[in-house]
Amino acid sequence: MSVVIILLIASVLVAGGFLAAFLWAVRNGQYDDLETPSVRILFDDAEIISDKKPSSFPKE
Amino acid sequence: MKIATGEGIICYHCGQDCRDDLVQFDDKSFCCNGCRAVYGILSEAKLGAYYQKNEAPGIRPPRVSAGRFEYLDNIDICEKLLEYSDENQARVSFFIPQIHCASCIWLLERLYLLEPGIQQAIAGLPRRRLTLIFDKKSTNLRKIVELLASLGYEPKITLDDIGKPRTQKRDWSLYAKIGVAGFSFANIMLFSLPEYLSHHGISDSHLSITFRYASLILALPVLLYSAGDYFRHAWAGLKGRFINLNVPLALGIGMLFFRSLYDILFNIGPGYLDSFSGLVFFLLLGRLFQQKSFEKLSFDRDYKSYFPISCVKKTKSGETTVPITRLRPGDRIIVRNQELIPADSIMISGNAAIDYSFVTGESQPQNPISGQRVYAGGRQLGGAIELDVICEVSESYLISLWSDQRFVSPAKGNTTTLANAISKHFTAAILAIAVVTAFYWLNHDPSKLVFAVTSILVVACPCALALASPFVLGTAARIWGNNRFFVRKPEIIEELFRIDKIVFDKTGTLTHIDKQTVTWHGEFSEYDKSLILSLARHSTHPASRILAGSLTNIELRDVSDYSELPGKGVQGVVDGHPVKVGAESWLHSNKRESTQIAAPRSFVAIDEKVYGYFQFETTLRNGLDKTFEKLRARYDLVVLTGDSNASSAPLQSLVGSETPVATRQSPFDKLDYFERQRHEGTRTIMFGDGLNDSGALRAATVGIAVTDDISAFTPGCDGIIDAEQLGKIDRFLAMAGRCRSVIIAAFAISLLYNIIGLSFAASGHLSPLISAILMPVSSVSVVLFSTIATRLMARREGIA
Repeated sequence: MSVVIILLIASVLVAGGFLAAFLWAVRNGQYDDLETPSVRILFDDAEIISDKKPSSFPKE
Repeated sequence: MKIATGEGIICYHCGQDCRDDLVQFDDKSFCCNGCRAVYGILSEAKLGAYYQKNEAPGIRPPRVSAGRFEYLDNIDICEKLLEYSDENQARVSFFIPQIHCASCIWLLERLYLLEPGIQQAIAGLPRRRLTLIFDKKSTNLRKIVELLASLGYEPKITLDDIGKPRTQKRDWSLYAKIGVAGFSFANIMLFSLPEYLSHHGISDSHLSITFRYASLILALPVLLYSAGDYFRHAWAGLKGRFINLNVPLALGIGMLFFRSLYDILFNIGPGYLDSFSGLVFFLLLGRLFQQKSFEKLSFDRDYKSYFPISCVKKTKSGETTVPITRLRPGDRIIVRNQELIPADSIMISGNAAIDYSFVTGESQPQNPISGQRVYAGGRQLGGAIELDVICEVSESYLISLWSDQRFVSPAKGNTTTLANAISKHFTAAILAIAVVTAFYWLNHDPSKLVFAVTSILVVACPCALALASPFVLGTAARIWGNNRFFVRKPEIIEELFRIDKIVFDKTGTLTHIDKQTVTWHGEFSEYDKSLILSLARHSTHPASRILAGSLTNIELRDVSDYSELPGKGVQGVVDGHPVKVGAESWLHSNKRESTQIAAPRSFVAIDEKVYGYFQFETTLRNGLDKTFEKLRARYDLVVLTGDSNASSAPLQSLVGSETPVATRQSPFDKLDYFERQRHEGTRTIMFGDGLNDSGALRAATVGIAVTDDISAFTPGCDGIIDAEQLGKIDRFLAMAGRCRSVIIAAFAISLLYNIIGLSFAASGHLSPLISAILMPVSSVSVVLFSTIATRLMARREGIA
């Protein structure tokens, strides 16, 4: 029976971790635009011969 | 002899037919120098991959005058446009309506290769925005906008962008609530399984207690956080003394939880926490589904998003650009081709051809001469003109109309949805049953009373009420969106269930603004027409474009001595023959200017001899005959137009002889009409397109803006429909009626479940297991039924 208690706590913790990750993703704005990232995946930067790289986007 | 064709050849850059011009470069064909120029810029910067992502992804850059973006040099304007700015960097966000495909995103996010000052660029497809961070020391707003314009991606910057502060934060709380509810629902279900699956209860009582309390702990955030809105809205409704849908919902949710709490605390049973959290989860999903809004459109635009930010003012020292809000009476301004007149003014000089169709509905351009008044909002179609401002922008006659309270405040009454109406009866019925059951058990077996009554409140699931509408209307809104009829929110579809009268605007709604037909009156040979066309091409007047459109495969001739005479017409020597095209009074010096010309006529004189005239007529949109036939059968139709064109046989025959057509309607006339309808209780739909319909669109029961270009300005409305889909109105309305039937059918299904559940509950046999099965099953089946039935209805009406 004690094993089940441990299982219960462990499973709730793991699931809770996923919930936290979901809430973080929503807060991070990942659900704001679902269309454009699907398009960006197909880009291939090797097509441009340039040594310029985009700098990271500062968060406001 | 140059033949004005490359017809049949597709431009490599923008994909349009190379009808006007054919430019060859680098083994590729382009329709104009603009497209070729963009191709040149991109291939030089090694950005040729732009063309690999999509076929002909480019946009043909419009011809822009040089100083077009001068106003961006103005510091005040820049401050208002930038989202963020310090000494080194600045961030700005543009709305670029031309963004339409992967190539656009690809190119715009690599702008740093064309302008090194740009440090980062992020583009978004749904909202067509581009957000840039740039180095203030190496580049500025004006250079960036000019670069974008030269590539065909000119951002739309209007007066609206200066006014309001930037607030872009999206509300993510609904997602969070769903996450929490779903998490708890799933875990509580798992915890409940042992108790359900074992026949005589779990042998180890400690275990069962542990699971129950674990469920209780998980259920708490669902009650307090996820379900919070339902309690708040129900309370608000009760305080306002009316029962809305949230009342039975809150009752059900609350009863589920507290009954479970009681059961667990007093060790009576496992409670109904899985039903509870499941109910909240499904309800919230319904709410998310109903929240569908079309992000790329705006339904709230007012005149500010129609006007530009600045205009050119003439001062003693030359020309400067000023924000239009700073214009004062007496300022001399210059308005160029395709620009809007920012404030009421007097004409001073230039060839004015002002298109007021958007502002008053007048279909033909006006040609005011020196000394006459011109109004803010009109678009100049001819060359550059000079004007003297009479009053400030906000006091212009037309703007003061829009600011009128009646236009601004929402005139829509309280919307009682079907669900809200039924929920009153539902709640009453449940309470009645509870009372009857209470009496019954009081007399037969008081110990079961509490159990039975609370079971009734537990199982009486108004979830169908709460789920049917969102899923039916949400599905319908999505399907309609795919057919380019966008409603502001799905509830609007309910407003369309019962309509008595449909009102149409004419200019731009039932007619094409851009396409006009040309009719020739007189003896004109092909040679004559080629002379006229060659002459007309030198004019920026849109008439020449329309002429060119209607005369294909005509050879162009050489033109010399071309000149434009304001108020009269154009003249020149074409292929050796003197040609004049213009007003009748100019060519027929002995004829008086005849009054009441229905449509402007252009007379033609070749070699000093008048050959006749040609006339422009606005064309009605195609394919509306069948639609109007069907509409006439079911609804009263009315046409209200600001046009002064009194006679229009084609229009009358389209809408039907009994349909009243009222012309010369001012925006106030239209507004008054709808207020009268509302007074009489008539439910109306208004189809309009321009600023002159703003008031009408707000005052009608449902106001729908018709547009040829979804990204162009549309006035505040409840829905936007692409003009090409106008022919499907009868089907959309029919489908709306069917949606109502689907909702009622879904209610009936839910009623069935409720009867089954209630019979268990009233007889004192409702166990948590039965409830746990009944609730999700009823919810899911209602959702499935709603969604599938709506799609079937759509297919039945021929809407894909």
